[in-house]
Amino acid sequence: MEWEAVIGLEVHAQLSTQAKIFSGAATAYGAAPNTQACAIDLGMPGVLPVLNQEVVVMAIKFGLGVNAQINKHSVFDRKNYFYPDLPKGYQISQFKQPVVGEGYIDIQLDNGEIKRIGITRAHLEEDAGKSLHEDFSGMSGIDLNRAGTPLLEIVSEPHLRSATEAVAYLKTLHALVRYLGICDGNMQEGSFRCDANVSVRPKNQKELGTRAEIKNVNSFRFVEKAINYEIERQIEILENGGKIVQETRLYDSVRNETRSMRGKEEAHDYRYFPDPDLLPLVFDEALIESIRASLPELPEQKRQRFQAQYGLSAYDAIVLIANQDTAAYFEQVVNQGVSAKLATNWIMGDLAAALNKDGLEINQSPISAEQLAELLKRIEDNTISGKIAKTVFEAMWQGKGSADEVIAAQGLKQVTDTSAIEKVIEEVMAANPEQLADYRSGKDKLFGFFVGQVMKLSKGKANPQQVNDLLKTKLHG
Amino acid sequence: MHTKTIAELIQGLRAKEFSSEELTRCYLDRIKSFDKQVNSFVTITEEQAMQAAKQADKRLSDGTAELLTGVPLAQKDIFCTSGVKTSCGSKMLDNFIAPYDATTVERFNKAGMVMLGKTNMDEFAMGSSNETSYYGPVRNPWDLNRVPGGSSGGSAAAVAARLAPAATGTDTGGSIRQPAALCNLTGLKPTYGRVSRYGMIAFASSLDQGGPMTQTAEDAALLMQVMAGFDQKDSTSVDREVPDYSATLNDSIKGLRIGLPKEYFDEGLEPEVAKLIQAAIQEYEKLGATIHEISLPETKLSVPTYYVIAPAECSSNLSRYDGVRFGYRCENPQNLEDLYKRSRGEGFGAEVKRRIMIGTYALSSGYYDAYYLKAQKLRRIVSDDFRKAFAEVDVIMGPTSPSPAFGLGAKSDPISMYLSDIYTIAVNLAGIPAISIPAGFINGLPIGLQIMGNYFNEAKLLNMAHRYQQVTDWHKKIPAGF
Amino acid sequence: MSLLPKDVAKVAHLARLALNEADIPKYSENLTNILGFIEQMNEVDTSHIEPMAHPLDAHQRLRPDVVTEHNQRELFQTLTLHTEAGLYLVPQVIETKIEE
Repeated sequence: MEWEAVIGLEVHAQLSTQAKIFSGAATAYGAAPNTQACAIDLGMPGVLPVLNQEVVVMAIKFGLGVNAQINKHSVFDRKNYFYPDLPKGYQISQFKQPVVGEGYIDIQLDNGEIKRIGITRAHLEEDAGKSLHEDFSGMSGIDLNRAGTPLLEIVSEPHLRSATEAVAYLKTLHALVRYLGICDGNMQEGSFRCDANVSVRPKNQKELGTRAEIKNVNSFRFVEKAINYEIERQIEILENGGKIVQETRLYDSVRNETRSMRGKEEAHDYRYFPDPDLLPLVFDEALIESIRASLPELPEQKRQRFQAQYGLSAYDAIVLIANQDTAAYFEQVVNQGVSAKLATNWIMGDLAAALNKDGLEINQSPISAEQLAELLKRIEDNTISGKIAKTVFEAMWQGKGSADEVIAAQGLKQVTDTSAIEKVIEEVMAANPEQLADYRSGKDKLFGFFVGQVMKLSKGKANPQQVNDLLKTKLHG
Repeated sequence: MHTKTIAELIQGLRAKEFSSEELTRCYLDRIKSFDKQVNSFVTITEEQAMQAAKQADKRLSDGTAELLTGVPLAQKDIFCTSGVKTSCGSKMLDNFIAPYDATTVERFNKAGMVMLGKTNMDEFAMGSSNETSYYGPVRNPWDLNRVPGGSSGGSAAAVAARLAPAATGTDTGGSIRQPAALCNLTGLKPTYGRVSRYGMIAFASSLDQGGPMTQTAEDAALLMQVMAGFDQKDSTSVDREVPDYSATLNDSIKGLRIGLPKEYFDEGLEPEVAKLIQAAIQEYEKLGATIHEISLPETKLSVPTYYVIAPAECSSNLSRYDGVRFGYRCENPQNLEDLYKRSRGEGFGAEVKRRIMIGTYALSSGYYDAYYLKAQKLRRIVSDDFRKAFAEVDVIMGPTSPSPAFGLGAKSDPISMYLSDIYTIAVNLAGIPAISIPAGFINGLPIGLQIMGNYFNEAKLLNMAHRYQQVTDWHKKIPAGF
Repeated sequence: MSLLPKDVAKVAHLARLALNEADIPKYSENLTNILGFIEQMNEVDTSHIEPMAHPLDAHQRLRPDVVTEHNQRELFQTLTLHTEAGLYLVPQVIETKIEE
């Protein structure tokens, strides 16, 4: 039987505010345990929550970014359950009336096709703290610094059909929240987390299969692996006549498998009800409009513009716009008069590799966009070859000066003087009489040998095109 | 000194008849002598009080004193007081030294008032008799075998016995007004949102409201002036100008329309109480007010409605008491669940557990609509009844409690206890203000007249109460032996 | 609706309350009576009534995104004996936590 996977994602994006959603404690990552947990975050007796205005602005920005209905009247509810990292015994969330309603985003599939993915809703809520399970003489330690950090939970429709689509959706969403400046997107620190609802059904069947919810998938790579594992697991069960149990499963990245959360099967009864300490969140159209006016160019708009304005392929455009800083860097290079294609290749190639190796973000690059442009212009005006440019780039990376300075200092300027190149060719021919004879008797393959020798003798500085042309004439005698 | 009202104490301090230190010492001595009989205090803050009094005297002499500087006050033990145990009448918080002040406490401190101590109360304010306190029942100074009412029973008894000139209370379903009535005091429950709830330990967040418990309406006005006002730390606090409550106390009430809801005078009301309430209303007629019969048809249903909403909110509000970060923690928990269950099982008393369970049940899957949602709808009906009534009348009057103080242990059945709040609960559901004032005695036990007003009409209520107290002297009576 | 002893146990578990076995019949009786009393609410038709969550018809106020609270860990942790290295201690959490 042919099977079809149906996937929906729930993403928790940590909103990048200074203070917490309901208290004035800081949200900075990595502070000593419980030093950023104030009386409100600790759920002390008598304290009360007051909503941070910035989270409202951020939620509206998100709603606009996904073309969603923005609910001008929304309500905060309490989700009640006991857990040591949940100090009040309830989480403040939005259950029946979320601030962001239905919307969508468009993702691009590998075949270049655009697919529209529905967003069911997005709601504001507070994060919980952390339980540390290292042994404190048989106890667990609770750090409540993260408690009360603002989250936007973004729920997609079950419109995704493969792990690849799920990753494309996640990456699109990831780029969007970073463009909007509402989330730093740092997956290692847990600022952008994902749960996946996965089910399978026979192709062409309308009804959805029973789904499993996979928790704890916190990198793009793991999302893909976890979903693929889960799809296969479910198909195998169904093909053997089994039934899928609706349950929560945990992804284990070390063993690459999902496991049932045994012992957690006790049905949760969260007893949601409107939080009486908070009033309905209400705002007017004017606020939405003022936020709309302040929005930056969003990834989708930028992708379209890059393709139209710079003649980039969809693939190149998507890679460049994934990060706002990369896109800006690209545009600065191109604005210096460098061709878009050359700029793209270098930014996505050598620059990305060097940044990655040194663990730097593009805005920390030791080579500025202007400096890279200078280098690339030297390729375009034939001062140096692409190969020599790599040497120059390496020197620039190490802080040995600008492109022109490195070229001058190391004498890397390309030789384009025909007579000079001819002189080198003659030297090579004289030094290799046997190969020359073989070539002339029909061994065409030796042409490469001569190119290599010429380049070697010229220390790579001879213009490769000219070397080719001149060699052909000379070798034929 | 101890028989003086706050208004008189202000005069005395200004005239240097006595210093704040002398005054504070006088009340602390009285607490030491008499509180063994009454059990109205959980904590006496003698040292802090004497220090605050000394400071107040300094302010009084150097001209930086405010109106209430140097006047002593007792705080209900539901208000967090920095560095002082704040127990909420519960074993759960017997070891809780609050690390911050409630906004109300902060305001009184700033005004220079001297806190004498923290008063006993029903556990987590759940009760109408002060018998659910971990610290034992409070006794009514008018008859030590009877209850003072609750949940602010300690505050009521302390002021009735003149162990403090005034006290704070909180009112979720009548917890200021009913004990005020049973102890012959003036007790004002303000409009929801008028007084900050920050640092006031929550019972039912959408119903709780703090207010003054005093000897006179004039004193209540003085305390309200400090308590009322916007607080940015409380999302439900209302940003609205606070009127000068003392300025309008003597306004004429001629032509004012008083509504008498027929449901407040039905067979549930003891005839003796009804007689006293009628007499009080006649006083108002003499003062020029007019009387109109009105109807609040769903009064009876306000009690069941309340007993869904309040427990539902409390079941969630009290989840934070889990033995982890503060409060009672059971010995040797076997595992996490054991820690939760025994800390809570041992730390909470029976009434609190009952209400948590009712609330948990009412919110649980499958029952939400039938209980919680239904109650929220009835809440609107009850509240609309008041809206309609206030289109026709200026204030509504009736009894505060269906009977005078009952005996300790007399109401062992929860429902008969709940029904003692039948006349006070609807006010909390609607969020309107109401005041209870002394209106006479039955066999030496005080009776309270309740006056309900429209939203933010506290000044009108205080005005009505004050005018009555100008022509009667029930409020001046002090229980024998104190 | 009556709350049988087994229902009481279930609700007590949901609310994480340990009850003495011997007290359960009394709770069962009390809670059943209270529920019966509450069910008087059914006398009124509320099908066209909007639920009321709050006494005042007001909206949520917002505060600026400013850090106003600073580290008070030492003070707060005087309220329990069970801390280590700044962490609150609880009996080992055995199950792996599901992010809610």
